[in-house]
Amino acid sequence: MELQLSEEQDAFASTTRRFLAAECPTTAVRALEHEAAGFDRAVWAQGAALGGTSLLVPESLGGGCFSEHGLSDLVLAAEEMGRVLAAGPLVPVNVVAEAIAHHGSEEQHQRVLPGLLDGSAVAAWCGPAPVRATRDGESLVLSGRCSTVEAGAQADHLLVTALVDDQPTQVLLPADTPGVLVTPLDGLDLVRRFADIDISATVGPEAVVGAVGDAGPAIEHQGHIACVLQCAETVGAMDRVFEMTLEYLGDRYSFGRPLSSYQALKHRMADDKMHLESCHAIATAAARAVAQGSPDADEVVNAAKVWIGPHATELVQDCIQLHGGIGVTWEHDLHLYLRRVTVNRATYGTPEEHAERIARHLTGVTA
Amino acid sequence: MIETRATDDMEPVEDFRARARAFLEATMPPLGDGWNDRSDERRDRERELQALLWQGGFAGICFPKEYGGLGLSQEHQRAFTAESTPYDMPFSLNVPTLGILAATLVEFGTHDQKLRYLPGILRGEELWVQFLSEPSGGSDLAGCLTRADRDGDVFMLNGSKIWSSAAYASDYAMCLARTNWDVPKHRGLTMFIMKIHQPGVTVEQIRQVDGTLEFCQEFFDDVQIPASDVVGEIDDGWTVASRLLVHERLAVGGGSPYTSGASFGHDGSGTDTTILDAAQEAGTTRDPHVRQLLAEAHVRQMVGGQLVKRVTEGMASGALPPPAGSVIKLFGATNVMRRSEIGLEIAGAGVVAWPADSPGVAGDLGRASLSRQGVSLGGGSNEIQRNIIRERLLGRPREAAADRDIPYRDVRRGGSAS
Repeated sequence: MELQLSEEQDAFASTTRRFLAAECPTTAVRALEHEAAGFDRAVWAQGAALGGTSLLVPESLGGGCFSEHGLSDLVLAAEEMGRVLAAGPLVPVNVVAEAIAHHGSEEQHQRVLPGLLDGSAVAAWCGPAPVRATRDGESLVLSGRCSTVEAGAQADHLLVTALVDDQPTQVLLPADTPGVLVTPLDGLDLVRRFADIDISATVGPEAVVGAVGDAGPAIEHQGHIACVLQCAETVGAMDRVFEMTLEYLGDRYSFGRPLSSYQALKHRMADDKMHLESCHAIATAAARAVAQGSPDADEVVNAAKVWIGPHATELVQDCIQLHGGIGVTWEHDLHLYLRRVTVNRATYGTPEEHAERIARHLTGVTA
Repeated sequence: MIETRATDDMEPVEDFRARARAFLEATMPPLGDGWNDRSDERRDRERELQALLWQGGFAGICFPKEYGGLGLSQEHQRAFTAESTPYDMPFSLNVPTLGILAATLVEFGTHDQKLRYLPGILRGEELWVQFLSEPSGGSDLAGCLTRADRDGDVFMLNGSKIWSSAAYASDYAMCLARTNWDVPKHRGLTMFIMKIHQPGVTVEQIRQVDGTLEFCQEFFDDVQIPASDVVGEIDDGWTVASRLLVHERLAVGGGSPYTSGASFGHDGSGTDTTILDAAQEAGTTRDPHVRQLLAEAHVRQMVGGQLVKRVTEGMASGALPPPAGSVIKLFGATNVMRRSEIGLEIAGAGVVAWPADSPGVAGDLGRASLSRQGVSLGGGSNEIQRNIIRERLLGRPREAAADRDIPYRDVRRGGSAS
């Protein structure tokens, strides 16, 4: 998180924090484990009312934000959600809302945005990997599989990338479109749900978002938004785990001394603090770069993904070690955090995939 | 007090940036491979570079106007630094003279001391070093044995200091000495301004792993220092030294507001291409493993740059306390170690041998790796930085110490104690 926030941002962050403390304790995460949706729609709607789904949508379409760039506000919510592991499809809903608001038709605005903004509907972003598309008159015939789609089985709308004449195109499908088969998956996180989506469907021109073959930059931007929100969430989770561990080491005594007085452990906490701050720094830089549309946004986002994923899992694993045996029990919340940061590390691009993008940029050649 | 952000009575940052860009392009030579050269010729050259900045009106951006500075904000300084990265800058003046010693003088010096010393520093005429570490002391700086005995308006110093960079080629030092042996160790120290080239001071150069002779040891035999050259209060030198160390961590970490451009020739902006060059030389840029390493090396520089920005801004605004500087220092040092390791891996067998006088990029990486721990030792070892982070940034408990609250003359010392 930025160290200095505007008054409005500060108010938004503290309102969000209070709301989450009241409605989304980690006990709620545990209670949702066996719920198919993995989140509580009523709580989600309350979060939406606070701004959780409208910050990337212009005011004219029912959205609005507190500062110059909605993304700078939204990362505050993402980080707070990470601190408590709040359940809900923050990334997919915001990515799709942004895409529809900025590239969708008026009909799509009216049909999709109100539900996403008030929290009554959910959307899934099927990612940049395309399905095949062939033209059939005015229609497009889609076929292919979208793997591991966040909130895929909870979504009312699916934003799918398709290649039309080898050019990237975005298509918005109602989830109940004939020929769309959604298979819910089990996974590592107790409440974050993923699904595989098999598509074999014919859609009319009204399903296309923006112009056919013209969606490359929009898709890249959506990927950036997803990574920025995910990194903010991860850093929030790291922050909380670090805090818990500091408290624990201060409270727990061994051999007549608090654990926190042992230099071997002090140095571990110092290293963890350093890595925590470095993750804050690059997450903030990525959020700023994408919000402001900087020319180096892609590079900074890649750097954030390369850096934060492995350091997050390492920090949480180290904090588990510092907790001792209690850290590997179901009862303690640490594993909930570990699940989340491990899932975040590997979604919206693995660190290795993002590193490869940086290498391409550095060397000017492909592997 | 330095302003973090530009205020209305200052030149707008973007105007300043544009003037700086034009000046730098017209005046300063491009950054070459020799920026890290530790020779005397290079040091003299850096004095000239600082003089060019002074003549052009770009020296001491954040120094007070009344002592020759520009009195501008850190935003101005950062804008200048960003513009200056393609050019050769006075790096060895930045650390330690400007970023550490002049910074400490701004904070603790009397009006007369600042008037007397700061303009000369900003003109590039005077190099300063710190005389803190002692042969017997290691990381325990406050366990200082160099003594200063008062005789009227003069202090007489006797003892020895070590690990001072280029003291032989410098003009002044800030020297920590014990003025009171009857109080616990932190409370009997005083900081002095010492002219280096004067009777009673002997400077010996120490040969380092990489063959350089930059570090020195000094011996003091009845060195006379006027009482007017005490920095801060008598017996309160630890306060001054502690702040000096904060400035040092900032300067070494690349976050000092007092430097003329970046602290080093390659800052955190990711412009250091040595490792990439080595991969290109080895013809391995398409190797998937090498590509992961190249990306990591690059990302480390980017993250380092962002961390410096975050911590220095946080410290300036008060959102982070001064010990946060240790986070930058530790990150910088561990980054050097890891990047060196990546360099060795990519350079491969190229580090072993080379045609006469042509080590190439691989040879350079190999040789640089020999002294890489220096960054993790100088300015407070990584272990000390970790103590500081845990104890002062994250809160107690402090390490147990056997010398706390007892008169220093009664503290047990090692074999070299007098």
